[in-house]
Amino acid sequence: MAAAPAKGSPLMASRLSGTSLTLAYDQRVVATDLNVSIPDESFTVIIGPNACGKSTLLRALARMLKPKTGAVHLDGSVITSLPSKEVARRLGLLPQSSIVPDGITVADLVARGRYPHQRLMRQWSKADEKAVAEAMRATDVTELGDRIVDELSGGQRQRVWLAMALAQETPILLLDEPTTFLDISHQIEVLDLCADLHETGRTMVAVLHDLNQACRYATHLIVMRGGAIVAEGEPGDVVTPELVRQVFELRCEIIQDPQTGTPLIVPEARRRVTAPA
Amino acid sequence: MTIRVGSWSVRLAPRALITGAALLVLACAVSVAALATGEYTVPVPDIVAAVLGQGPPVAELIVGKLRAPRVVTGLLVGAAFGLSGAIFQSLTRNPLGSPDFIGFTAGASTGGIIAVVAGGSAMTIAGGALAGCVVTAVLVYALAYRGGVQGYRLVLVGIGANALLLAVNSYLLTRANINDAATAGAWLTGSLSGRGWDHALPVALALAVLLPMCAYVSRPMRMIEMGDDAAKAMGIKVEAVRAVAIAAGVLLSGVATAAAGPVIFVALAAPQLARRLTRSPGVTMGASALTGAVLLTAADLAAQRLLAPTQLPVGVLTAAIGGTYLVLLLRKERH
Amino acid sequence: MRPAEETAVPVAGTGEEAGAARDPGRRGRPAVLATGLVVGMAVLALVAMASVALGARGVSFGTVIDAFLAPDGSNDHTVIRELRVPRTLLGIGVGATLGLAGALMQSLTRNPLADPGLLGVNEGAALGVTLALGLFGLSDPAVYVWFAFGGAALTSVAVYALASSGRSGSSPVRLTLAGVAFGMVCTAIASAILRMDAQTFDRMRFWLTGSLAGQTADTLVRLAPFMAAGLVLGLMLARPLNTLALGDDAGKALGVGVNRTRILTGVAVTLLCGAATAAAGPLWFVGLIVPHAVRAVVGPDQRWVLPYSALAAPVLLLAADVAGRLIARPGEVQVGIVWAVIGAPIFIMLARRRRVAAL
Repeated sequence: MAAAPAKGSPLMASRLSGTSLTLAYDQRVVATDLNVSIPDESFTVIIGPNACGKSTLLRALARMLKPKTGAVHLDGSVITSLPSKEVARRLGLLPQSSIVPDGITVADLVARGRYPHQRLMRQWSKADEKAVAEAMRATDVTELGDRIVDELSGGQRQRVWLAMALAQETPILLLDEPTTFLDISHQIEVLDLCADLHETGRTMVAVLHDLNQACRYATHLIVMRGGAIVAEGEPGDVVTPELVRQVFELRCEIIQDPQTGTPLIVPEARRRVTAPA
Repeated sequence: MTIRVGSWSVRLAPRALITGAALLVLACAVSVAALATGEYTVPVPDIVAAVLGQGPPVAELIVGKLRAPRVVTGLLVGAAFGLSGAIFQSLTRNPLGSPDFIGFTAGASTGGIIAVVAGGSAMTIAGGALAGCVVTAVLVYALAYRGGVQGYRLVLVGIGANALLLAVNSYLLTRANINDAATAGAWLTGSLSGRGWDHALPVALALAVLLPMCAYVSRPMRMIEMGDDAAKAMGIKVEAVRAVAIAAGVLLSGVATAAAGPVIFVALAAPQLARRLTRSPGVTMGASALTGAVLLTAADLAAQRLLAPTQLPVGVLTAAIGGTYLVLLLRKERH
Repeated sequence: MRPAEETAVPVAGTGEEAGAARDPGRRGRPAVLATGLVVGMAVLALVAMASVALGARGVSFGTVIDAFLAPDGSNDHTVIRELRVPRTLLGIGVGATLGLAGALMQSLTRNPLADPGLLGVNEGAALGVTLALGLFGLSDPAVYVWFAFGGAALTSVAVYALASSGRSGSSPVRLTLAGVAFGMVCTAIASAILRMDAQTFDRMRFWLTGSLAGQTADTLVRLAPFMAAGLVLGLMLARPLNTLALGDDAGKALGVGVNRTRILTGVAVTLLCGAATAAAGPLWFVGLIVPHAVRAVVGPDQRWVLPYSALAAPVLLLAADVAGRLIARPGEVQVGIVWAVIGAPIFIMLARRRRVAAL
């Protein structure tokens, strides 16, 4: 399932980037002067404590939130200047919360991911059929095809939503806290799936809560605190006890993950820090 | 089921097609029954002849001048209400999101009553109703707008407007002289009696223009039902689609109210019945329109014949249908 | 501030002592609030005086006092004694019941938009009254009030059930929509019944919009016991409702009989709304706005919210009634219409400003 590169776009180090972004909901400013670029074909994970602006940044990159100042660029053009459907063929988003329409089946829901590729008189091409089958196979929901989405377990449902985003066949896929509300085995399942997708050449960007999971899966880590980017880079280079203390106000020790060799954070036994740095 | 011609492809659900066909047949059957029966029975062959303009003069008079306009108005108004209900239920993601409850029908009533009190003709009343509906909708939309219109805010602002307008309506009724109050009161219950071709024509025109528009936005609207973010991620201009849909829904309920008065609950019940019949996820436009048409003509037929010779206003029957529908909704969703 | 927090997280918890201990600055608060109640009663007395004196025909306060102390059978005195006084007392009763009913409903449903009119309870009661009067010809208020209770009870149960069914559970919007839907069915059926009988229609069309006019002292006497019962029961529920505001589970953990409290609150609401509607027709927004205003002043403790609501609502209802009489002299605007015109914009403002939980 080769993700079609956008026509005529120059090969750049970063197809998706934001420059001097000020992000705000109504009057409440969440972040100012953010500069960020997502390395191509990376698995970028944005991480930070609650309310640090990580989901807001992701929403801005996905054009869900219009920045007060600055701009998000996709393939060199300001993202809002591109036709919306055109963007949707290059960049997909798995939102934090979506609503399952009453009585919809898994196959129907996944098929809705083909919307950006369809037109009024081209509602269901062979390519659509293939993409949906492929997406359902990749997420292992093929056997669930005729089931009603409402009746699925949380983990299955999240896989179905992921399948829908995959059916969109975008080279870049943004995921807003894809593991929330899942138990640990389903969390790993979803993240493994993301890693597989990354290996097929997609650029993945995810907001995650768990620092250890982020270290294990990310090829590029963006660490945020208080609306600013504190550190950026490969997890092994970035994650240090000082950083964890500074960002999460947590004293810890960092060891090597016995499975992957990536950093593993072990909180100190008495963990309250008296004064944040 | 998919039909492909070259690079064109259209997707059709077999069950929806069968249901649609069945509803069409049902609409025809109800129409024929309404045309044939009454104080003077017209045999079915005479109806066909009358429609073709070759029937006996009596049949032509009764069918062409008296019954056919009423039936056609009923079909069109029902379809318009059904469609409008489908739009608002999809927008509000709620089976109770209906133009009846969020002020639009009440606004149309206000316009209509003002026209009655001002001593207007049938045409003025219709115009007043349409204007009242549109003005209300614009105000509700403007008040609900805060960097976009969320479904729930539209509903709540609409409910407020509804309460205000209902009060204004009763004030107007208590101020009006007894004749105007009776005229307005009858119109307010919603009725199809005495409707002529001039009532049917505006609704037909509105449907001709708005039906394609609805078909065009129905696909993006189905995506918006999954949440604004999910829809935006698929490249849908959520606010634009929503504005077009609201405009279409308001105009439909406006012209329908103008033609038949505020017949409540057709817009509420038709989309949900259609959804159950087609077993499709979410709200379906075409089936809702057809169900609305069948529902209203059948209710009107029952209103005419049930207590004959006493003629009930069709609004009473649709209110009863609405009540039953709510109870069913209650039972169905208990588990 | 989110509305859910406003009703769901009482600052003072279950005991004023706890609040006072944590915040010594508020130690004097109960005294202030109690004084406030006394002041409120004085204001109510003033408004009541105004309601007796003002109207299509203004009467001086001296004449009002004479009418009580030395009635001489003059036209003014008769109007005052036979019409204005019962009407004012009825206004006080209806206002107090609806204010309390609204506060109870908002507390029980944890829904800032709950209102006996919006949620269809008053319309259900009105349908009951219409059935009694229009179909069965029962004209004794003490008899047809039972129909009002029946209608109120059925609609409240149905609306509550419909709103909390479905996957997402009850949200303010679902509840409000369900209430409006049921209310409209009831109103439609009631108007259909009335339309069959021109005489009843003429008599009841004012009542159906909510009006304090045209009720006799006898109605008041017949309905007063029910109103009083509802008020007493409602005020007694303040403590358990305070605890339930933390959530059903927390309430259970703190030893409150959740179902018992719910049922008793339902009974109180039914008594209050049924009696109020039997007296004055289905009124909207009184029960919505008054508790909101009260909470802004006294905080979330139901032990103050409930009595304040029961006191502030009649003040505002009487004021609106007087205004309705003065605006359209020599005719009058029904108090229900005055309230809708004031209440609807406030409702829209609340709906706009607050982040009411999404659908």
